[in-house]
Amino acid sequence: MTTLAYTVSDSRTMLRRNLKHQLRYPSMTLMLVGLPIVLLLLFVYVFGGQLGAGLGAHDGRSAYLDYVVPGVLLVTVASAVQGTSIMVAMDMTGGIIDRFRTMAIARASVLTGHVLGSLIQVLVGLAILIGVAFGLGFRSTGGPIEWLAAIGMLTLFAFALIWLAVALGLAAKSVETASNTPMILFLLLFLGSGFVPTQTMPGGLRQFAEYQPLTPVADTVRGLLTNAAIGDHAIAAIAWSIGIALAAYLWATRLYNRRRAAEPK
Amino acid sequence: MTRKQKAMTSLSAAPGIVARDVCKSFGNHLVLDKVNLTAAEGTILSLLGPNGAGKTTMVRILSTLISADSGSMRIAGHDVGTEPDGVRAVIGVTGQFSAVDNLLTGTENLRLMADLRHLGSEAGRRRVMELLEQFDLIDAADKPLSTYSGGMRRRLDLAMTLVGQPSVIFLDEPTTGLDPRSRRTMWQIIRELASAGVTILLTTQYLDEADQLSDQIAVLDQGRIVAEGTPAELKGRIPGGHVRLYFADPHLLHSASELLPAAAPDQDQLALQAPADGTVDSLRDLLNELHEAHIAVERLTIHTPDLDDVFLAVTGTHVIGRPDEDPITQGAPQR
Repeated sequence: MTTLAYTVSDSRTMLRRNLKHQLRYPSMTLMLVGLPIVLLLLFVYVFGGQLGAGLGAHDGRSAYLDYVVPGVLLVTVASAVQGTSIMVAMDMTGGIIDRFRTMAIARASVLTGHVLGSLIQVLVGLAILIGVAFGLGFRSTGGPIEWLAAIGMLTLFAFALIWLAVALGLAAKSVETASNTPMILFLLLFLGSGFVPTQTMPGGLRQFAEYQPLTPVADTVRGLLTNAAIGDHAIAAIAWSIGIALAAYLWATRLYNRRRAAEPK
Repeated sequence: MTRKQKAMTSLSAAPGIVARDVCKSFGNHLVLDKVNLTAAEGTILSLLGPNGAGKTTMVRILSTLISADSGSMRIAGHDVGTEPDGVRAVIGVTGQFSAVDNLLTGTENLRLMADLRHLGSEAGRRRVMELLEQFDLIDAADKPLSTYSGGMRRRLDLAMTLVGQPSVIFLDEPTTGLDPRSRRTMWQIIRELASAGVTILLTTQYLDEADQLSDQIAVLDQGRIVAEGTPAELKGRIPGGHVRLYFADPHLLHSASELLPAAAPDQDQLALQAPADGTVDSLRDLLNELHEAHIAVERLTIHTPDLDDVFLAVTGTHVIGRPDEDPITQGAPQR
């Protein structure tokens, strides 16, 4: 086998391992998939009437459902990458990573396995959430092309956040830290266009909300799935995704290749 | 050729592990100071030392986990510094902390190793079955690791190390925390591996373990090799054993110590430590002498030299926290 063949084979082995982990740790997998659904129900049925009235539509609640689904799709991504951080940190703080490091395997395969496993989890989570959204009465104006583009956008952004989560998991000293740091993504989601239009926010906050990366991604997906305007959000969203992915990838590989300087314990 | 003979001819045999002048510091703290080690193919070398002596660091360096500051090392002919992947292909490492995947079953853990060693589907399955059988894990093979006992986890850990049939194995404190029965099982496995031609470097702070298993022992203390040799050679470097006699009151101790000027009294313990070669005759003579002088001895302990004495002789300090030893030598701590 060539080096490339080994890399592919080792990455596949690691992916299999990570998918098994997701199945063996169902409480976490269910929580990560369930959280966006709970948020969707909460925002549509508890806050939706009032928030929808603010959108100026005739049927506020269903108008708000159409508005919020792209935001909750991003919650799905953020939720899944929290699992990535936890899984990576579990690997790095356990003994097994040392075993991998003393074996003649493609070094990157450990991280590749995590990234691919998380991507699959994200896609499954998105599929479930889209199913629930349609069940609640989500109306999309998008055709197959728009849907493909939206899934593509979400996947690209998920890819970027997964690498970021891998880096955070590698940087974390403990599994607890690793499970907490991605929480900032949730905060960013609320401080953007995910749940309410940024125009309704006060000055400084509004500026922040408009220039942070989750807003253009949410607006692009919203534009593709409903009739909302996309404008130059798509370019910003793609640029942010590629930028985050690249920076996080470099950070993660650097952390991973850095040999631990000190003794454990 | 037996293992012992192989160890004796270590110069002519192709060495499994050679380390020369290995140094390593963490910050200002010198952890390894010009460490030299040699283990001939198919022999067991024990790195013996207390906590913090640098044993684990040495294993981590030899197994390519961290790099040395200076020095040269070859494992089965591969240079550790320049061909780490060549080294990784021939070694197996079982660290101090269990390196098993807790979310997988025993079989899945072993399969994972077989896949990463690129054994192929059929050969991988066969090897996994072999190891499950060899390590007595068949019944638990498809159970999650949460149901495994400490000894079972350790066996699985070692089995995972052996999937790729490494020719050199590093075992970092392989029996720490195991009950006596699991310990003996582990010893048996280690011996069998060595007789199958595998070179083994094990670290231990259990003196009896090094004594039981090793062809060669290197005593590591504060980053330096302070003694080296076969267990017999090391024992030969220290004075003979002693008998420790306990008395009911200080007067008896005083009389006894006048009678036996070569012995060292211990006022706190009301004990007297007399040199003895461990033979029944010398012990009988000693007791007769005391009996004739009407000095009553309350009780006594007999101490035959062990590796702790080696440690005391070469480093001037005791090993702290001695593991389960023969009850007969366990009496009072020696000075």
